[in-house]
Amino acid sequence: MFTQTADQDLLEATTEQYLEATYPPTRIRELARQDSTFDPVLWKRGAELGWTSLLVPEGSGGGSVSGNGLADLLAVAFQFGRHAAPGPLIGTNVVAAALGRWGSKERHGGPLAELFDGAATAAWGYSPRTGPRAGAAVRAGRSGDGFLLDGVVPCVESGAPNGYLLVAASGSDTTADGDDARSHYLVPLDAPGVRTSPLGGIDLTRRHAAVTLQEVAVAANAQVGEPGSADDHDELLLDLTAVLQAGEIVGAMERAFAMTLRWVNDRYSFGRPLGSYQEIKHRMADLRTQLEASAAVTEKAARRVGEGTPDAHSWASAAKAHVGRVGPEVIQDCVQLHGGIGITFEHDLHLYLRRATVDAQLFGTPATFTDRLVGLTETALAATAQDGGK
Amino acid sequence: MSETMIDVDEFAARARAWLAENMPPANPDRDTFFLYAATHPTDEEVLARAATCRELQRRLFDGGFAGICVPTRYGGQGLTPAHQAAFNREIKGYDYPAEIQASTFIPCMAVLLEFGTEEQKQRHIPRMLRGEEIWVQLLSEPGGGSDAAGAVTTATRDGDRWILNGSKVWTTSGWWGDWALCLARTNWDVAKHQGLTVFSLPMSAPGLAISQIELVNGSKDFCQEFLTDVVVPDADRIGDVDAGWNVMGRWLYHERTISGGSPYVTGGGNRPNDGPYEPAAMIAAARRLGTIDDSRTRALLGEAQTSSLVLRALVESVTRKMAGGVLPHHAAAMTRLFGGTSNARRAAIATELYGGAGVVWAPGEETAAQVGLGYLTRQAACIGGGTTEMARNVIAERLLGLPREQRADTGAFRDVPRGPQATGGQ
Repeated sequence: MFTQTADQDLLEATTEQYLEATYPPTRIRELARQDSTFDPVLWKRGAELGWTSLLVPEGSGGGSVSGNGLADLLAVAFQFGRHAAPGPLIGTNVVAAALGRWGSKERHGGPLAELFDGAATAAWGYSPRTGPRAGAAVRAGRSGDGFLLDGVVPCVESGAPNGYLLVAASGSDTTADGDDARSHYLVPLDAPGVRTSPLGGIDLTRRHAAVTLQEVAVAANAQVGEPGSADDHDELLLDLTAVLQAGEIVGAMERAFAMTLRWVNDRYSFGRPLGSYQEIKHRMADLRTQLEASAAVTEKAARRVGEGTPDAHSWASAAKAHVGRVGPEVIQDCVQLHGGIGITFEHDLHLYLRRATVDAQLFGTPATFTDRLVGLTETALAATAQDGGK
Repeated sequence: MSETMIDVDEFAARARAWLAENMPPANPDRDTFFLYAATHPTDEEVLARAATCRELQRRLFDGGFAGICVPTRYGGQGLTPAHQAAFNREIKGYDYPAEIQASTFIPCMAVLLEFGTEEQKQRHIPRMLRGEEIWVQLLSEPGGGSDAAGAVTTATRDGDRWILNGSKVWTTSGWWGDWALCLARTNWDVAKHQGLTVFSLPMSAPGLAISQIELVNGSKDFCQEFLTDVVVPDADRIGDVDAGWNVMGRWLYHERTISGGSPYVTGGGNRPNDGPYEPAAMIAAARRLGTIDDSRTRALLGEAQTSSLVLRALVESVTRKMAGGVLPHHAAAMTRLFGGTSNARRAAIATELYGGAGVVWAPGEETAAQVGLGYLTRQAACIGGGTTEMARNVIAERLLGLPREQRADTGAFRDVPRGPQATGGQ
């Protein structure tokens, strides 16, 4: 759906084969009954396929297969969506991107190497500005050469128990105007004072947890990026997350649509295939078009964010706003076309509905990104007006 | 491809310099495309604009920028779609003959290039490129919109000429066009797709009566034509007798490329921008109306902008995938469907955004009037150029391989039921 080069095709094909063999729907259902779905051996093998190094520049040990690592990773995210696969793909890559861009080899080379080879995973502890989980804050205080972190991160995706959390905290740095400015810190999840409490949720294979930090001591080199840079940096991490979520949703849509197309051909009612009724044909045409449009805006956003163009934030916002809203609706319509069987646990459709819905709502709702797009356009218009006035 | 072909960047630089010297700036506040013009122009104003289009087209021709992808022996530049795309980027901000891109260059010139005789091409294409011949499409008929192959306008052979009788409708710019492509039935005794032939004829032909149709927004640019014993020499036939449907396949394909991807279109299509539906225009309107900080207004603004970005990405992506053979050309029906429904939705959003200001306005509030009147003709986005229902059929049947609709029109066309209101025929 997304690939444009032979190397991307190879990356996607190996990922698809691996996920197909490792996580068939029967396995997904077994995992649904387990507290932890993370398998260190299987994750390591995925990392060997290149899942965790694509967003990191070559100079920091990563590398892309096409020159645009986000466009490459989009093909992997698409397959994760198509298989409703477990594994903290998005968080690990987003944190790796942060370490690769703003970290340094001396400070963060070790953790980055662990993410590359799959020995560890990572989560980005993003706190939204609005909504039920808003206002959660982590404070950092200086303690000797290092920092003491306190606070709550309300929801992160679970991965390896010895993984990392990237979190923005205020209290230790100020802006030029003297305002409190947030900085990023990399926290080992097995550090003393870190407590994770599991959360419930609708995805069968993704587990989430709340993380409480109580006087967690980290060394000075735990700070990632310039002091006070976290708010700026979070905007890029949000773009990356939004694009990869959209890629997974498109994968879930694709799988649900393909199942439905098979179904309307094979299912007969009143002596005719369902798919021979014009009402059903037109619905299928709408769904196919929505799938193509969702893929198109996601692919475009991946290219722009990967290239770092000035309109990247806008394209990422449009992708999450559109795909986050349309994706789950498309899958719901697939359920409708299946009839009663579509809401049974036995049928596979819900695997993809779960994944698409979780991706759509976490890390900013479609409504949040819709408003973000308007805000970005207002800012751009104000800048143009100012330039024009000079 | 010639080895001496000018490099695209060099061509773009030459275009940039030439445009600055030779073309007038666009007036972004005035939408000249007649169908959308709010304060609907008088016939005199339309003719004046048509004259400007001819004059601007002549300047493009003299400057060496008309027919960039048309062979030089027909007056074109013999360059590549990449050159045309570069020129289209450079021409942003300038006035250009937007109103004659469709139908003159697509589909008419494109069809002539593919199906015209050498003599027909030599005769018409240079005149099109110089702005001397504006072409229109005599295609739809009063008896059927989507069912183009059901045409009953009839051409009867009379020695080395044909006699045409019938009626055509929905001819954009029909009353000021110079020439037309015309689909006519030449055989009633075979299946409907097998008895059609395409002709070319001057709009001034004796026996061709033209009347303007007034739309609900006041536009009078669409026409209906009545053909009474119109004589067309056999030399003006396009393609083989009874092979008109082969021509139609490409005719309709080129017509669809108005949404993007045609190498024969100068500029960004038929409209300089989205007018009142541009994100910047909508945000400015919300500021003026004092609603910019209202969260419901912002949700509408964001939805409108998102849908226009998605449409842009979809057109680019489907065009690229069709060119690369990843998707069949029927995939263009997806951009048509999404374009129609998302444009209709944006019109609804703009109407809600403007509220009272869009339905009752003071003299001179052109943008507000455009929004209100645009809403009245909103469904044109889902009807013109093939309805969204037809697009859904194409997607379902051709792209997804779902069963075809049952047909009642497979026998000899003479025997096909045409309903109680049918006219014409033999």
